[in-house]
Amino acid sequence: MGSRASSLLREEDIEEIKKETGFSHSQITRLYSRFHSLDKGENGALSREDFQRIPELAINPLGDRIINAFFPEGEDQVNFRGFMRTLAHFRPVEDNEKNKDPTAEPLNSRNNKLLFAFRLYDLDRDDKISRDELLQVLRMMVGVNISDEQLGSIADRTIQEADTNGDMSISFSEFIKVLEKVDVEQKMSIRFLH
Amino acid sequence: MEGVGAAVLPVVQVFFLTLLLLIMLPAMFGFSLGITETYMKILIKTLKWATLKIQKSVEEESKLKSSSSSNGLIQRDDSSLEKEIGERRRNRGGEFILSDVFYFSRKGIESIVEDEVTQRFTSEELVSWNLLTRTNNNFQYISMKLTVLWVIGVAVRYGILLPLRVSLTAIGLSWLVISTTVVGFLPNCWLKNWLSELVHVMCYRICARGLSATIHYHNRQNKPKKGGICVANHTSPIDVVILANDGGYAMVGQVHGGLMGVLQRAMVRACPHIWFERAEMKDRHLVTQRLRDHVKDKKKLPILIFPEGTCINNTSVMMFKKGSFEIGGTIYPVAIKYDPQFGDAFWNSAKYNMVSYLLRMMTSWAIVCNVWYLPPVTQQEGEDAVQFANRVKSAIAHQGGLLDLAWDGGLKRAKVKETYKQEQQKKYSSMVVGDDSSE
Repeated sequence: MGSRASSLLREEDIEEIKKETGFSHSQITRLYSRFHSLDKGENGALSREDFQRIPELAINPLGDRIINAFFPEGEDQVNFRGFMRTLAHFRPVEDNEKNKDPTAEPLNSRNNKLLFAFRLYDLDRDDKISRDELLQVLRMMVGVNISDEQLGSIADRTIQEADTNGDMSISFSEFIKVLEKVDVEQKMSIRFLH
Repeated sequence: MEGVGAAVLPVVQVFFLTLLLLIMLPAMFGFSLGITETYMKILIKTLKWATLKIQKSVEEESKLKSSSSSNGLIQRDDSSLEKEIGERRRNRGGEFILSDVFYFSRKGIESIVEDEVTQRFTSEELVSWNLLTRTNNNFQYISMKLTVLWVIGVAVRYGILLPLRVSLTAIGLSWLVISTTVVGFLPNCWLKNWLSELVHVMCYRICARGLSATIHYHNRQNKPKKGGICVANHTSPIDVVILANDGGYAMVGQVHGGLMGVLQRAMVRACPHIWFERAEMKDRHLVTQRLRDHVKDKKKLPILIFPEGTCINNTSVMMFKKGSFEIGGTIYPVAIKYDPQFGDAFWNSAKYNMVSYLLRMMTSWAIVCNVWYLPPVTQQEGEDAVQFANRVKSAIAHQGGLLDLAWDGGLKRAKVKETYKQEQQKKYSSMVVGDDSSE
């Protein structure tokens, strides 16, 4: 006796995910139900189309980039572990994380949240946000409502303000520096119930 | 062994036959012998006992019950684009900063974990278990007693209830075909109409017994009258049986082949229903015209329409298509809410075809639902069809205790329109550029 969805998820897997991500047991089983309901092909992995079927995500201007964040380099399928690992970035930051590996940085640290946002810009993963990459994201967010020149000058100004080593692109450390006053923990966290 | 079998068989047959007659005959004449009531009482007691057992042995259940008022996975932050990013516009005249992506990424991840739309196209998740394995995603093995009860439940449902219900439905449908054909031979007069209504209602009553449906009608003074249009929220094909139990309706739908086609042709002999060919359905003017003609004739039965256009899982009401509200005439809104405790009525057409759906229905404990007749409404001055549709939708949602959503039920199969994304982009652009665009 056991339910259809959670019987495919073994206790050992749940324990491992718990250690890696910090989600509770019931959160993991509920997220597994969600994963399962999104998985229309029932092959234990999600494709990009499975994500695009969510209307609220499809109308999000950055929808495609967010979906991209789930898929590791060059792959088209994400399994449950990968799904949870990406979602873990959005767990709220707690002060006392007990049953976690003290040497590894938790996935929901301020640094990792910033890295998630950085990777939304940095499509080619060269650890630099170039002018083109910045323009692409800007264009996604504003649609057709702003001209190329205006957008170009917004991008130039942003890079000018952030760039400290003069290479006309924004590295991760420059990114962190610009956003040091922003409350990243609150803006990039979702309150998961039980 | 053989001897025992031969002796048992006629006993079983007699048992079934008497049950059949006891259920069918009263149903046909609209009164009840109380068999269903006793069955329901026993059922409720057993389910309560089962729920208590689960609650006692598993501590988490009580935590679940207290904290999940919405049974949701996350607490959604209802901050809008204006609140988060719009403030900056007022302070610094608008500009872009690198952290603007935070808002969109958070909203995106929230919708991946839990969104308002896709959950409407799968069955509602119950907090407590109702002894049907199909309805709960999260239960574990609790106790031996519960397992035994479940096994007995399976035996009862598949061994006794299913054959009973299948035979009842078969009788009901054949009754419909035969009697409507007979009534069809009469010349058009008030006798024919009266008989046809009687015959239709009888058949639906038998079918309702065939599903062990217990229906509570509220506000029957608002029942749809002739020459009107009845609109209701749509959860399953059974909605038709539920509503038609209480009165005659003119059905609207596409012409089918097979068994459905036989039923459709038979029904139309006794009284006018509106069946469209597949090609005709594409022509909106033709459809509206035919419906309009039917409504104008005050002697014809009220039309039954489901403006959502598709089955939704009975937790919410989705966008009403404006077509039904352009016909004119009086609209009689009806709210239907099924009680998920006894059986899940939602038809997930992506997962189950009609036959397996009916099988599931007939092996549930029972179908219990409430039907509220709302006061009739008409289109007001200066109100267009879309606003009218939304007004009716809110009334139905409010009465049935359902969530009123603006999303289109068609999103079950189709992609969402680009215009919604463009709206968001426009909003964001206005914040970035600011009042004094001196870029």
